[in-house]
Amino acid sequence: MFNKTLCELASALQNKELSSVELTQYFLGRIAKLNPTYNAFITIDETQALTQAKNADQRRAKNQATPLTGLPIAHKDIFCVQGMKTSCGSKMLHNFISPYDATVVKKLNDQGMVTLGKTNMDEFAMGSSNETSFYGPVANPWDTDCVPGGSSGGSAAAVAARLAPSASGTDTGGSIRQPAALCGITGLKPTYGRVSRYGMIAFASSLDQGGPMTQTAEDAALLLQGMAGFDPLDSTSIDCPVPDYMANLNVSLKGKKIGLPREYFAQGLDHDVELKIQAAIDVLRQLGAEIIDISLPNTALSVPVYYIVAPAECSSNLSRYDGVRYGYRAPEPIDLEDLYKRSRSEGFGAEVKRRIMLGTYVLSKGYYDAYYIKAQQVRNLISQDFQHAFTQVDCILSPTTPTPAFKTGAKLNDPVSMYWSDIYTIAANLAGLPAMSIPAGFAQKLPIGLQLIGQHFQEAQLLNVAHRFQQATAWHQYLPNQISE
Amino acid sequence: MAIEGKEIEKVAHLARITVTAQEINTLTIDMSNILNLVAQISDVDTQACPSMAHPMECEQRLRPDVVTQLNQRDALQAVAPATEAGLYLVPQVIAAHPKDKS
Repeated sequence: MFNKTLCELASALQNKELSSVELTQYFLGRIAKLNPTYNAFITIDETQALTQAKNADQRRAKNQATPLTGLPIAHKDIFCVQGMKTSCGSKMLHNFISPYDATVVKKLNDQGMVTLGKTNMDEFAMGSSNETSFYGPVANPWDTDCVPGGSSGGSAAAVAARLAPSASGTDTGGSIRQPAALCGITGLKPTYGRVSRYGMIAFASSLDQGGPMTQTAEDAALLLQGMAGFDPLDSTSIDCPVPDYMANLNVSLKGKKIGLPREYFAQGLDHDVELKIQAAIDVLRQLGAEIIDISLPNTALSVPVYYIVAPAECSSNLSRYDGVRYGYRAPEPIDLEDLYKRSRSEGFGAEVKRRIMLGTYVLSKGYYDAYYIKAQQVRNLISQDFQHAFTQVDCILSPTTPTPAFKTGAKLNDPVSMYWSDIYTIAANLAGLPAMSIPAGFAQKLPIGLQLIGQHFQEAQLLNVAHRFQQATAWHQYLPNQISE
Repeated sequence: MAIEGKEIEKVAHLARITVTAQEINTLTIDMSNILNLVAQISDVDTQACPSMAHPMECEQRLRPDVVTQLNQRDALQAVAPATEAGLYLVPQVIAAHPKDKS
């Protein structure tokens, strides 16, 4: 049962082949047995999960079930869940029991999903390896000496190890797609404003976006359907109708124009990864897609722009952690300044402090125009590159990452090297575009991801291309060795 | 571009973060490396390019000026480190008046 997709489990529930309580007990059992190996979960709440499962079964018995009723999900520990610890992977929020639900959590609860627990993550979503978590690193199920990617590394590892059939993630510069690629699963970052950010702990507010992490594109469509939609509680939520994401999954790719940005196939791309992506392109060509060479000339600037904009917004957002209203408070402060400084110094880890300091610097007097305003102008150029490309193609294809998963500790002391691992994912966040990663083969016995980027609100088109690819390939069905029943 | 230890100390104060001498050394190297990385944007011609405020050039949505949230002070203060009578407790900010000291 562990290898069934979310859609297959939905059918099994619908056909009364199993109950949500049985399903939930099954995955709680797998978590108890395997989580010590992967450290994918920070919090597991068996009592709440089984209560929700029981309620889901009763709801189904009354014929009031939705397509998601009774299906288990693991939430990234960045989403507030009422009454449950929501740590964001940080000592700062180690003691924080959320007094309210994030909109994503509330929507999925309302549709009857079952929360298995909260997944590990890089502290405040700042990292690409899940090594900055206060709760320790997550092991990649394909090779436990390797990182799972980040920041949604716990969610990716949980789905890859089949500890949960679905998970939520968030993506500020690739934090859904990069771990999805490195763990061999499917992850979708929706258009900015498509999924509510209310109750999703803020890192960089103009970039953050929540989305689904699943085994398949079909599963991602099912879960996105439950997550997406306008939310008056999020001032940046966009009031635009949510299409039926399942409806167009099987549309033919004949005549679909897919762009290959030549800058994404340049120096730095691992040769084995490139070969696998080229093979995936051939599959799409055989499915009828027209492959077109395009250029996104400002690609190389996306990492520099991101490491100005994201830290700037982070320094502002994280100023709320002051030891006064919630979170960690340093013991016996001598005055208010001491309370602020020691609570923040002791509560935040090294990477978070580094980004707060960098953000404070680029926003400070004398540097604001040279760094922040300039970066926002270059961001506009990057966005214009995409808009120009979408006059020629329907969607864009690239590798998700330049290399497969790297060894734990390999880049931890070299922030700049770590930052470059997001080179292919960051631009979609800067431009607010939907993008997803799907499994496309193996390099050095580790999974690699293929990225699809679409025009604003064209998630259905990405899901269509991804689903057709997965109908023609089996990469998404491969399993790590050690995780069997 | 290199950043110096004194600037690190100033930025740390602005960010209300305490840094040790060893952290200043590490941060000086790391932040200089990151600033070298981001410096690439300085040569880009952006004269004709406005600053991007929103990925879709949307304006900030406004809502009617009416009360929509119930008062949840008790629930929200339940997670506070120290409260009293509905107020957050912090170390004394204003010095006591000499007359009050007796």
